[in-house]
Amino acid sequence: MTSILQPSIDQRIAVVTNDGRLFVGTLRGFDQTTNVILQDASERVYSQDQGVEEIQLGLYVVRGDNIAIIGEIDDVIDSEIDHTTIRAAPLKPVVH
Amino acid sequence: MLFFSFFQTLVERNAQVTVELKNDLCITGTLHSVDQYLNVKLNNVTVNDPEKYPHLMSVKNCFIRGSVVRYVHLPPSEVDTELLQDGCRKECKQGLSGQQK
Repeated sequence: MTSILQPSIDQRIAVVTNDGRLFVGTLRGFDQTTNVILQDASERVYSQDQGVEEIQLGLYVVRGDNIAIIGEIDDVIDSEIDHTTIRAAPLKPVVH
Repeated sequence: MLFFSFFQTLVERNAQVTVELKNDLCITGTLHSVDQYLNVKLNNVTVNDPEKYPHLMSVKNCFIRGSVVRYVHLPPSEVDTELLQDGCRKECKQGLSGQQK
C-alpha cells in the first residue's frame, strides 16, 4: 500500500504541529509514522499584535507523533497573500 | 477494519466531510483518501472560521493525522446505518470466533 503522502513529495507543504506551530518547507521524505523531512524549512509565527514573522530554519525532521496537519501549499495563492497584514492568534495546541 | 472500509466507501463517493480536530479547528473538504491509521486526505479544503484561522489560507488539499481527529461530520445521505450495523455485528462475530480458536 502506497502512502497517501506520496503525491506531496517535493511539494511545498505546511506542517501544523500538536503544539500549534506552523512550519513550511519542501517535503523530501516521510515514513509510515508520518515522520517528515523538510528542506528549506521555516516557521511562520502568528500573533495578534504584529504580522506573520517567518523564521528560517534549514533542514528539519519532524517526528510524526507531533504532527496534526500536512497541507500542500498553493504557491500562486500563497504569493498573493500579504503576510505582514495578517493578525491572528497562534493555533491552539492539540489536547488529547 | 470496519471503520477503514466504511471510510473507503465514503472516499469512493467523494463525500463532503467536516473534520473537527483536537485543536478545535474544523476543516471541510472532499474526502480524497484514507489509510489504515484513519489518516485522511481532503481536497478543496476550507477552514470553517477563516477570520480566526487564516493559517491555512493557501492550503487547498491536506493530510490530517488520524490521531488528532476528534470528530468527522458526515452527510447523512451518504451513510447507510443499517448496513453499518450489519457490518458491525459481523465483525463482532468474527472477533469472538477468532478468540475461541
